[in-house]
Amino acid sequence: MTVNMSKGQAISLQKADGGTLTAVRMGLGWQAAPRRGLFGSRTREIDLDASAVLFADKQPTDVVFFRHLVSDDGSVRHTGDNLVGGAGQGGDDEAILVDLQRVPVHIDQIVFTVNSFTGQTFAEVQNAFCRLVDETNGQELARYTLTGGGQYTAQIMATVQRAGSAWQMKAVGEPANGRTFQDLMPHILPHL
Amino acid sequence: MTAELVRGQNHPLPQTRLEIRISAGNPIVAGATLGDERGTVHGAEWVAHPASPQLAGIEVPKQAAAAHRLAVDLDAMPEHIHRVTVLLALPTGVGGPARFGAMAAPFVAVTGLDGTEIASYTITDLDSESAVAALELYRRQGAWKVRAIGQGYAGGLAAMLHDQGLAQGADLAARINEAVARGMARSVAQPPPRPEGDGRVRTAAAGGGTDPAPAQPQTPPQQSQGAPQQPQTPPQQSQGAPAAGGPISYQHPGRRTAAPPTPPPAAPPAAPGQPAQPVAGDASGWSMDERLYNQVWGMFEDLARTTAAYRSAVDFAESRMEQELDRVLSDPRTRVGPAADSARAEARAKHTDLVEQARTALDRDLAQLIAEAEVVEPALPYAYARWDSPVWQAYQVPMEVPMALRLGDLHLPERADLRIPMLVRLPLERGLWIDAGRSGSLDGPADSGELRRLAADTAVAIAARMLAVYPAGEFAVHVIDPAGSAAGSFAPLVGSGVLAEPPAAGAQGVSAVLAALTQRVDLVQMAIRSRATDALPPDMDTAERLLIVHDFPHGFDDRAVTQLRYLADEGPSVGVHLMMVADREDARAYGPVLDPLWRSLLRLTPVADDHLADPWVGHAWTYEPPMVPPGSQVLGQVLGEVGRAAQALRAARARESYGS
Repeated sequence: MTVNMSKGQAISLQKADGGTLTAVRMGLGWQAAPRRGLFGSRTREIDLDASAVLFADKQPTDVVFFRHLVSDDGSVRHTGDNLVGGAGQGGDDEAILVDLQRVPVHIDQIVFTVNSFTGQTFAEVQNAFCRLVDETNGQELARYTLTGGGQYTAQIMATVQRAGSAWQMKAVGEPANGRTFQDLMPHILPHL
Repeated sequence: MTAELVRGQNHPLPQTRLEIRISAGNPIVAGATLGDERGTVHGAEWVAHPASPQLAGIEVPKQAAAAHRLAVDLDAMPEHIHRVTVLLALPTGVGGPARFGAMAAPFVAVTGLDGTEIASYTITDLDSESAVAALELYRRQGAWKVRAIGQGYAGGLAAMLHDQGLAQGADLAARINEAVARGMARSVAQPPPRPEGDGRVRTAAAGGGTDPAPAQPQTPPQQSQGAPQQPQTPPQQSQGAPAAGGPISYQHPGRRTAAPPTPPPAAPPAAPGQPAQPVAGDASGWSMDERLYNQVWGMFEDLARTTAAYRSAVDFAESRMEQELDRVLSDPRTRVGPAADSARAEARAKHTDLVEQARTALDRDLAQLIAEAEVVEPALPYAYARWDSPVWQAYQVPMEVPMALRLGDLHLPERADLRIPMLVRLPLERGLWIDAGRSGSLDGPADSGELRRLAADTAVAIAARMLAVYPAGEFAVHVIDPAGSAAGSFAPLVGSGVLAEPPAAGAQGVSAVLAALTQRVDLVQMAIRSRATDALPPDMDTAERLLIVHDFPHGFDDRAVTQLRYLADEGPSVGVHLMMVADREDARAYGPVLDPLWRSLLRLTPVADDHLADPWVGHAWTYEPPMVPPGSQVLGQVLGEVGRAAQALRAARARESYGS
């Protein structure tokens, strides 16, 4: 079951059987730009980037993005930068894996963002989506379709927050503009 | 467009270069006979079969298989060939069904080179036959056509070949069956796995001496399979050796495709909610050596990261408490009084609470890592083991260079008794600097003379480990001790006869050793650059070199310093390594020109010192040198063994050169 989430909607990451989530993956997928030029080398590549910012009481303490692929504590891992996108068939072209059990005790929120590094707006990118998946069973928890999202180059996708001993996901889905997560910081803070 | 033929139907062939694809439910033999206008086959040389797979214009497979592709070039057929009959037969004497009726109907298709089907034919209605003429390609008025035949023979290949006019059909059928049986035997016999680490056995290539690695015993095949029913599964070929039938080996020469000789130890399944029981070698790798190396590095990273989580949480707790206390102070209404006290108490309680939580998480991880270290440490081979490990008591000079060497131990203040082996890859990529100076060491001895002695001892302990893990004759140590001030420390090396020459003393000794090594680096580099390693002088041995420089810059003139810098820069790539035992302060007179030299060396300390950073988070790790326990004889024993092996090798080489 896929939840196509709307802005501000919160879902608890409790499983149906009462157990809590232990690992989530944020996936980001988009279709590569069509090849142009004789050798396909004159294409304006589309590079979307997924980032995760770790917050402790509204203070950013660590960030996982294409220049820092593993958080210092090892709990959040980026699988690697994809610079051009994929076939647009729905597979994740970039993914960030979060081992919620290993997240340091003082981290109370993790914010996931998407940026268009090459500057195309989401209106220009085909088949772009981001989603949150329960890594233990592959079930999709939330999905946003980015394509058709208007003249924006970034999106604050969702936050995963501590709620007691468990974690809870809140969909944000707020469009913004910026090349990397740093540009989004002012937009992120109101959502903490 | 595909024509699905029925028996007797024919179809024109639009091209002359074709493939015939055959598939059946079980392995079958495929062949072809070439006949004249009347369809007569004039001799065994007109039959393409597994023992003689190639004729002009057609090639058939050498083995029985459930799927075949036959390449046909009708233009290349000799003029007098008018008919090509494709035949299928069941292999005899290798198990499997004895008649076509017992298996799925064979399917034959004629395709272009790109795989597009031109005509296909499913041979139905077979029963007790064990050979069948499937289809024929024939000339008709200058063009080629295909006809579905489907003529089966209960008498097998012999009967079929005889029917086509071959008087000696029975002999030929026997030869074909023998070739197929041989091919099957070849495809199922599991080759004995290569001895472990075969790709890395080093031999003295240019030394002209004896091969230091005697033949390794062949371990028996792991599993002896019975005659499998599916010989078409690709056999695992032994590395490097081409398959007996083919001239080309498609194996990557540097890649091992054989299964690892020993399966990695599997951790027993963990109880739910509990971490898995640690097992030594529980990591990926082709050999136990590599698995333990990867496991140790995995533990190193885990410890770095879990400590990062802990420190980050504690830092956060402290900064939050300070902020909250500041807030209480800055508000004049609440600065004093019971409300302020309770606010302060609350801030402190929050701090304590968070730190406790972080400590709990850290302790949980540390307990797991300590349990892992307890099983891993005793399992380490001597290249990775501490001097006090019992494996050194059974020391023997190795046959091959290990992957890495333990240069000491690393730990963090959070848990000082959890020591991670500091493993560096061999051959060394950079030189070493044993710092004899007093630069921020934690609790070194007050006496600088004592520190220098410890530094020299550390150098000897590390050099001895290197000598011990290289095969005899593949690692040589030179010592420069201009004033002879560390003679006591170097005594174990000198006494056991492992040094290439006695420690060099005085300015002349320094320049002689440096000149010789500089020349060697230059020569080898030149040879490698011009790809003429064969042209190196035959008396030049290929051993790697370690130059220990004690008391730098005593006895060094400017020329010697320049040569030393050259060795530090260029040496590692050609196997000449530098180990400086020095106090940087002594070389102060040279000013900043030596800074690049120090920076290029890996700094180690003779006493515990927290100066090494991990590659992930950058914690400062406390390094402890690999010192021999007081009173232990292990260093002397090991060096004695190395010295004896070196002596035996020299004697063998000398005998050989007298003999020749």
